[in-house]
Amino acid sequence: MFLRTSFLRLFAGARHATRSSRWSTLAKAIAGAAVFFGAMQPLYALPVQKVLAIPAFARKYGLPCSACHTAWPELNNFGQVFRDNGYQLMNDRDSPIYQNPTYFPITFRITPNWHLESTTHQPVDSIPGGGGASISQDKTVTTHGFDLSGLDIWTAGTLFKNVSFSVLPSANSAGAFHFENAYVRFDNLGGSRWLNLKFGKFELDNLISEKRFLFLSANGGLYQTYHFVPLGDSTGFGVGDNQIGVELMGHSAKSYTRYSVALLSSNEGQVGLPSSRTYDSYLTFSQAFQVSSLGLQRFGAFAYIGERPTVTQTSSASGTPAPIAGAATGNKPFYRVGFAGDLYALRGKWEFLPYYVHGYDNAFLGTKTAANMTLPPGTHAPVWNGGFLESHYYVSPQFVLTGRYEIIRMAQQALDTNPGNLGDIDAYSFGYRWYPFMYSRAGLAFHNEYSMARSRGTAPLSGDGVGAAFSPSSGVWSRSLLIGFDFDF
Amino acid sequence: MKLGVSVVAFLPGLACLSLMAGAAPCSAQINIHVHTATGPAESHIGNLTGHSEAGKQLYRRFCIGCHGPNGDGKGENAPYLADGIQPRDFTVGLFKCRSTVSGSLPLDSDLFDTVGRGLVTTGMPSWGPLTDQDRADLVAFIKTFSPRFEEEKPEKPIPNPAESADTPESQKRGEELYQKTLKCFECHGKSGRGDGPSAPTLRDNKGNPIPPYDFTTGSRFKCGATNADLYRIFMTGLDGTPMPAWSDWVSPDQGWDLVHYLRTLQVNYKTGKSKTAPQSREKSKENTAKLK
Repeated sequence: MFLRTSFLRLFAGARHATRSSRWSTLAKAIAGAAVFFGAMQPLYALPVQKVLAIPAFARKYGLPCSACHTAWPELNNFGQVFRDNGYQLMNDRDSPIYQNPTYFPITFRITPNWHLESTTHQPVDSIPGGGGASISQDKTVTTHGFDLSGLDIWTAGTLFKNVSFSVLPSANSAGAFHFENAYVRFDNLGGSRWLNLKFGKFELDNLISEKRFLFLSANGGLYQTYHFVPLGDSTGFGVGDNQIGVELMGHSAKSYTRYSVALLSSNEGQVGLPSSRTYDSYLTFSQAFQVSSLGLQRFGAFAYIGERPTVTQTSSASGTPAPIAGAATGNKPFYRVGFAGDLYALRGKWEFLPYYVHGYDNAFLGTKTAANMTLPPGTHAPVWNGGFLESHYYVSPQFVLTGRYEIIRMAQQALDTNPGNLGDIDAYSFGYRWYPFMYSRAGLAFHNEYSMARSRGTAPLSGDGVGAAFSPSSGVWSRSLLIGFDFDF
Repeated sequence: MKLGVSVVAFLPGLACLSLMAGAAPCSAQINIHVHTATGPAESHIGNLTGHSEAGKQLYRRFCIGCHGPNGDGKGENAPYLADGIQPRDFTVGLFKCRSTVSGSLPLDSDLFDTVGRGLVTTGMPSWGPLTDQDRADLVAFIKTFSPRFEEEKPEKPIPNPAESADTPESQKRGEELYQKTLKCFECHGKSGRGDGPSAPTLRDNKGNPIPPYDFTTGSRFKCGATNADLYRIFMTGLDGTPMPAWSDWVSPDQGWDLVHYLRTLQVNYKTGKSKTAPQSREKSKENTAKLK
């Protein structure tokens, strides 16, 4: 019942600066592409995902958080079945007509915290303000203080029997709202749990949900592999980002078998049709097995196949070329394929989450080249492999230890001149969450986490630092420490 | 910043944790105290053996909110459950859904099925998504709340003979039983809506009001979804509620007649077809057949 929020938004400003700098490389040489990327830039200035959370269902059904969550917000299989059924327990009392009229399915989640961020190899002016005799120095930038996370206001439930919904207005820490998700879902079509249709903006049906994971710090509060794009690449897609479209999914009675097929607008989940007219597709399948001495073991595979435009049509009717929103052309393909697992040992006390992804972007996307132009010499389609292994040890329903190692390696650079390891990432996180009480009315977790990530030649995906690496060949270490109170009610 | 410095900085968080753990009121830590009446117990369902020690952890995770730390049905959410139907008090050792005669303890498999099936129209959901081993462990732990499970053995299950033909004549005979002979209507109402003249007066064994089952709205029954489940409910009764066992009063054929008539009260009834939802049928198969 509790979704999760990444602290990415906390540091959205720094992240945007990082992306902006990337625009200014090859795009300047190609006019069409420059216009296109100029048009796309506002898209990236919007806040990314958020952490979602809700005890609204716990209140509705009178169940403790631990009934649906291994440790909230991560779902256990009971919670997964509940979600797959359209937020229904299927006890003939799911429809709102059976609810007390005063019941309103809404939850707020926020995390006051103290955090520290430190990033190495950052270019810092020797004289503040720059200019004159100022030179760029290689320094470690460190900041720390008390802070707030973003705020999630999540409402979800059933509109009628077998018609469910979710609306999540989410704010970054500065209070700027966007719709993290908003959809209606028609459940159990034709009386079959294999046919459920979701329409709107929603989280992709990832076996390992980034919205519900147990990490909150800047460097640990995102899966690097879910948001990675090679340096100089124009594809802004991340499998961790919510998308807009329609999804057909189905599941067995216990959700041991699950599938989903989604048709998504190629606009990175942004509203207003800002760029593309094409569609992406996302396919997932997973199968779980019960191993009595270990617990439930789930394996799954996924494939995201899409296109992104490289040329924005413009109109000069006003005197200067202005991009025509939603009418970009020169579409080029990309894909992400891989597999994931959710494995348990010690009768469910020890959880392992392995994940692997293989990424490919067309060379035009990888070099920000407009499709109506010629590719620069020595250009290739960027290809990379990534993955992570995450582990949780549930000391009790109220105390969980967490850890994760993540790795991304470029297999083929977009340009021959790029160092072979440009863009490679290694990331580590560990921490714990303690839930001092576990009622059905509200939730509180004391969260302590340390994370660090090394990126080669790029600024950290967390947005830490000044948005650029001091040297394209240097390895930038970014470290986060977070102590906070994660609560919802 | 060096790694060592960061790791050292992690320690203040641990210190805060220690302080809070000490300061948190024990009463707030609902998961800590679970009191049982007996020592460790086992359950045996097919090839599965459940262990109460493992079940205790699961009970704390899934069940304690309604059934309470003492298993007496006084969990924090008990006062707020739909229709005021209270959670089972495990300490008494009385269970609605059994295959055994009224007054007897249930079989382990009865409890196992109930956990997996849930009790439709009540706050008790289907815990089928749990693994079979988890459910077996839960059954073992539930048994530790009542000394009855140490002192008594469940009786043998009542026979469940093959279903007779579902014909208009059978339904007519069932109607006679319902409306005249057994006077089921006094609680369940003339049309099966649970609005009989005695309905407002009914109490469970704890003295709590308990509404008769409304046959017209539900797609399933409290103790199952199939005709065989409904037949068994007649014959065993629902212990702890005013619903008596009819095994000493009606013959098997009459029991099936009653089943066939009650099916006609359900809105979507079609003669000769089970009215159970697809999911209900699957769950019934899952819960009862697979482990036998």
